[in-house]
Amino acid sequence: MKKQGTTRRYEQLRERVGNGDIDRRSFMGLLGCAGLAAGVVGKPMDLFVRQALAAGTELYFEGWGGVVSEALRKHAFDPYEAETGNKVIDATFGGEEEVLTKVKAAGNTDGHNILHSSGITWYKRWVDNGYDVALNEGNIPNLSLVMESIMAPFRAITPESLSAVPYDFGTTGIAYNTNYVSEEDAKAMGANLLLNKDLEGKIGGWGGDWANRAWYGALQSDQDPNNIQDWDAVWDKAREHRALVAKYWESGAELMDLLAKEEIYVTEAWSGRVAALQAQGHPIGYIDPKNGLAWMESMFVLKGSPMEEAEQLLNFMLEPATAIAVAEGQKYPPSLDPSKVEMTDVVKGLPAFDPTGKLDGLVFRDPDVWTEVEKDQKKAWNRVKKGA
Amino acid sequence: MSFILVYSFYENVDLAVDVAAFQFSNWRELFTDDYYHYAIWKTLRMSIIVTALAAVLGYIPAYFIAMTRFRHKWLLLLLLILPFWVSFIIRTLSWIHILGNQGAINGVLQWLGIVEEPVAMMFTELTVIIGFLHVFLPYMILNIYVSLEGIDRNLEPAARTLGCTPWQAFREVTLPLSIPGLGAGCLLVFVLTAGSYVTPLILGGPDDFLFGNLIYDAIISELNWPMGATLSFALLLLLGLVVVAYSRMMGLNQLYKAFS
Repeated sequence: MKKQGTTRRYEQLRERVGNGDIDRRSFMGLLGCAGLAAGVVGKPMDLFVRQALAAGTELYFEGWGGVVSEALRKHAFDPYEAETGNKVIDATFGGEEEVLTKVKAAGNTDGHNILHSSGITWYKRWVDNGYDVALNEGNIPNLSLVMESIMAPFRAITPESLSAVPYDFGTTGIAYNTNYVSEEDAKAMGANLLLNKDLEGKIGGWGGDWANRAWYGALQSDQDPNNIQDWDAVWDKAREHRALVAKYWESGAELMDLLAKEEIYVTEAWSGRVAALQAQGHPIGYIDPKNGLAWMESMFVLKGSPMEEAEQLLNFMLEPATAIAVAEGQKYPPSLDPSKVEMTDVVKGLPAFDPTGKLDGLVFRDPDVWTEVEKDQKKAWNRVKKGA
Repeated sequence: MSFILVYSFYENVDLAVDVAAFQFSNWRELFTDDYYHYAIWKTLRMSIIVTALAAVLGYIPAYFIAMTRFRHKWLLLLLLILPFWVSFIIRTLSWIHILGNQGAINGVLQWLGIVEEPVAMMFTELTVIIGFLHVFLPYMILNIYVSLEGIDRNLEPAARTLGCTPWQAFREVTLPLSIPGLGAGCLLVFVLTAGSYVTPLILGGPDDFLFGNLIYDAIISELNWPMGATLSFALLLLLGLVVVAYSRMMGLNQLYKAFS
């Protein structure tokens, strides 16, 4: 005879009540007996407690996939689940546009709680669309360890309270295969390495972000990326780049795959992904050209999320040991202030790491400038990308 | 569908911010901007190429499965639908490991000494076509197979006894009788190809995009739902016309047969 579990027995009992096979009084009596037996035996109750703990609150997290997700799962989510009994269901998104489209279409944020959100621009967009929350900073004591310089732009948008905690930062520089491009050439050419005609068909580009392409177009047309005056010149450079491109990549995993398999030799690239490739032994070099693009990422909590559990998770993620382990895993420096938290040598060696905690040497997008032109220029980029 | 049509008249005032309205700017843009016309042309062209190739490549295995005396024919049909158990994305990505610089084909070519450097095969129109064929061919084969199965087995031998060569018997008897299945397969492959956007995104280069990619851009990237709705409805109309044309010529019964 097939062995029945406790849950199955209870379900059968409930089914019989529903079918009218047992009256409600008998049902309650049997349930009471079961409870008494469990109390006497003890162990089953322990199991129930463990099951209840295991069935704690579910938090839905969406991030960038690949090594970033692996690092978060290993160093943050698994230990958090073990300690709290809550469950983190993590998934990879194709970008925050995708999530915004989904929650708009659904009319609610069910299934979406915490996003590994990209930069200030997206923080502003989530807030402008009314999806922000007011985090209780008292529940996130580790927030006091985060760099003031990285929190300031977020506080400028929502002065009363934060809806996200800054978590990491990095740069989008240029990756090159050292078997085909020398370090000297890469440094000498800077942003124009992406326009090297000798590498036609071996150049890649990030297809998913108009602002990234525009930033490099500005550098290549000798403009200040945060004060672009001639957009035609920017897109002309993007067209010049397009003529040499083998593939526009759409995700970090695809970027790494293209570089590792030598489908492309040169592309703009995220610093952490390149560091991950280097750690795997691939012959990939990396430069941040002058005025190269820096960015910060946050853990954004969406409206409708279980707040206390989300705040607990954020505090857990900002715990120095956890944040540093994640940083070492995903190869992006943490948002923690190096003047308050002792960093490991691995973190100190990561691209874009700033020991002062002031981030003065990095150039970030001015959210007001870039948001203002986004509607028109994003459309322009989508057309340029397709040859228009 | 009504919702999509109504939304196409809305106005997108900012990213992800739409205002209810009854205006025609989205439709005007679609009708007057060559960017969209070019994408429609590319989509129709790609759909025709994929459909024609699928028809030729699909007929052979369908004929073999229908005519074989192999006792376990169900096994062949199972093999045909086996790829459906693997994610569409994974199946598409697998081509990178076959055609890529460090893929199987280049590995063999270099091992045999035929080429010294890897041959660039990825991210071209050809890889997109291969990706489409890989995914959509079973639809074609199944439809043709169903049609061939319904043909009286005695007809071809009868034609032979009347003096036809094997090729003539096939051309004059079997092929015409299997046209409904072939047509149904063509319709499915055409419509599925024309509505795709993921395959060009994964396997294509910068020049390889379809109308579906423009819809993706409008809805996901530009967060312009009204324009996305306009483009979606336009594609729906275009494909609807194809289905109507097919229905007038062949009837839709064959489609039901393949899936019943």
